Amino acid sequence: MSPSLLGQLDYSAAHLFSAMVLLGSFAMIYQRRMVGMFNAFAFQAFALAAAAAWQAYIQEAHHLYVTAAMALLLKGLLIPFALRVIVRRLDIHRSIEVVIGIGVTMLVGIGLVALSALLVMPVTAGAAATTREDLALALSVVLIGLLIMISRRNAVTQVIGFMSMENGLILAVIGVAGMPLVVEMSVAFAVLVAFIIFGLFFFRIRERFDSLDVHYLETFRGERR
Amino acid sequence: MNGTLVDPIHAILGLPLLAAAALTLMPSHRMAAKVNILAAFGTFLATTQLFLHRPEPTALVFIDDFNIYLVVLTAFVAFTSSMFSADYIQHEVDIGKLPPIYLRFYSAMFQLLTFSMLLALVSNNLGLMWVAVEAATLTTVVMVSVYRTREAIEAAWKYFILASVGIALALFGTILIYLAAQPVMGPSLEAMAWAAILPHAPQMAPELLNLAFVFLLVGYGTKVGLFPLHAWLPDAHSEGPTPISAVLSGLLLNVALYAVIRFKMLLAANGAALSPGPLMIAIGLTSLLFAAVMLYRRRDIKRLFAYSSIEHMGIVTFAFGMGGPLANFAGLLHMAMHSLTKSAIFFTVGHIAQVKGTQRMSEIGGLTASHPWLGWTFVIAVLAIAGLPPFGLFMSEFVLVTSTFARAPALAILLVLGLLVAFGAMVLRVQSLAFGAVVGPTEGNTVRLRLSLLPILVHLGLVLAAGLWLPAPLVAWFQAVARQLG
Repeated sequence: MSPSLLGQLDYSAAHLFSAMVLLGSFAMIYQRRMVGMFNAFAFQAFALAAAAAWQAYIQEAHHLYVTAAMALLLKGLLIPFALRVIVRRLDIHRSIEVVIGIGVTMLVGIGLVALSALLVMPVTAGAAATTREDLALALSVVLIGLLIMISRRNAVTQVIGFMSMENGLILAVIGVAGMPLVVEMSVAFAVLVAFIIFGLFFFRIRERFDSLDVHYLETFRGERR
Repeated sequence: MNGTLVDPIHAILGLPLLAAAALTLMPSHRMAAKVNILAAFGTFLATTQLFLHRPEPTALVFIDDFNIYLVVLTAFVAFTSSMFSADYIQHEVDIGKLPPIYLRFYSAMFQLLTFSMLLALVSNNLGLMWVAVEAATLTTVVMVSVYRTREAIEAAWKYFILASVGIALALFGTILIYLAAQPVMGPSLEAMAWAAILPHAPQMAPELLNLAFVFLLVGYGTKVGLFPLHAWLPDAHSEGPTPISAVLSGLLLNVALYAVIRFKMLLAANGAALSPGPLMIAIGLTSLLFAAVMLYRRRDIKRLFAYSSIEHMGIVTFAFGMGGPLANFAGLLHMAMHSLTKSAIFFTVGHIAQVKGTQRMSEIGGLTASHPWLGWTFVIAVLAIAGLPPFGLFMSEFVLVTSTFARAPALAILLVLGLLVAFGAMVLRVQSLAFGAVVGPTEGNTVRLRLSLLPILVHLGLVLAAGLWLPAPLVAWFQAVARQLG
């Protein structure tokens, strides 16, 4: 293959993997059942691992393989497993209560993708094409993660929304060529996520609030008693 | 002056970290509290060494005129809080409110929190600072939930989720800043170092900086507790143990604000980027006015002062948004004075809640009659936070108001309105709490000379001294930093 074709492949594959991460976000919006959401999250983590490994290869940045491995093992395998255990042990409802309907959430999600492209594309004119598109997709994943946190009223799904937001950030970090401290940041995020999962389990929020439904937290908005 | 054996930065960061590691091994709270105080004192001593010997900036850490005072202040308030904490927590254990098992990692977390705040302040690297702020969030979440009551866990969870979203957005902003710096400086660790990127700010792409700043302001602004991202702050303050409320209000909010100001400097140095001032003025003023009104509807004493923290963070954000030597001077002074005064207030409130056995303001009354020492200290502290002369906060607010009147009278009127409304709320509260009919238990009348009273007196003494007379070198130094901030 000629060098230009290889460059083409570099770009196309990077684009494909980033797009798959975004696809994972939409798959999460679409779920009505908790288990489906875990699977969608695992899919996103696999896509992220592939994206990170591919960037490690084309940028010849070997530390990104660490990020890829962490995405694969931690977020692709360990966390979905831990969440299943939590849902079973705490006996949480297996279906997802949606605040905003699935159709509307999908449309808002599409709007957010357009918004990200409109925000990122004009301001990154100087950067490489891979970086620009990666960043636009990453911002969409971040915003859709926020959307999931808002539109799915349940602590476990909120945590998943947060973690998919974090996937978006990792996607952004790996796309920016030569960014230092990427591994440190992924480790810091992993610690954060571990804490959240640990907190879910340890505090047995269900036991305390009768439900993991964050709606109950809202009763405590004003004063005590 | 190379008389010191160790690099002070190593001591400042190493001591809390080592202490945290050692404290995880100590099961007894009594013992751990003593080690905690000792370590905090050592850290404070180490920070004072910075005045004598300022280390050369490295790729990861640096000390400049701006962060040196926040480092010393943080170490100092962490030290006094550790003194207060020892007595306060012991009392909570004695009355059976806190089972010792819940306190297993309390002191270790306290040291970790000190470490991460100091790391955030001295870090020369945007990524490292972000990691430090995140670590500070995690440790405070653990401490807020220490009572493990339903309310405490709710508060901790709310704080956790909101702060996590905030720091996630801040990371996106940090990535964008790097993306702006990279074409100018090449891909390297240098392109994320404050000291290195600031001189290059004029060459960076302004649109990228604009977008980054919006993310950073929202992200770190959540941790500052600025309206409308403040929802976690009152809950975390009222449900966590009081020493942590003091550290949260007095120090952690400052650290997050410090990050915002650093990024503001970057934007200000780039002539073509959007001016960050108006954004910060708008957010600061809204926070001030909102919190001032909200002060009237509080029923929980710790929530009252949590809202007062939102108010003061609003004032400081407004001051730095205005910019210019005078307003920046006021902002810097206000940060320091608020930190000292608010932690003193929380120390006092901690005592009050313990002698009265409640945080509800309707069940507290006539403090000056039932507990004269505590009552009058409380009155003085509240007058100081309300911004009355001769305390330090009066001076910073006065400088801010007069300089704003000279430049933007319309904004100054809103500022004064907010200050007056907040002042009214404070006066109203202090009347029912400190004077009037005695409500609640009256025993514990004689004040025992406890370790935990000392910090209050020292803090208030410093605030009073600053209000009466600021030493000339200190003024000169504040002015130099104010000019540097632009």
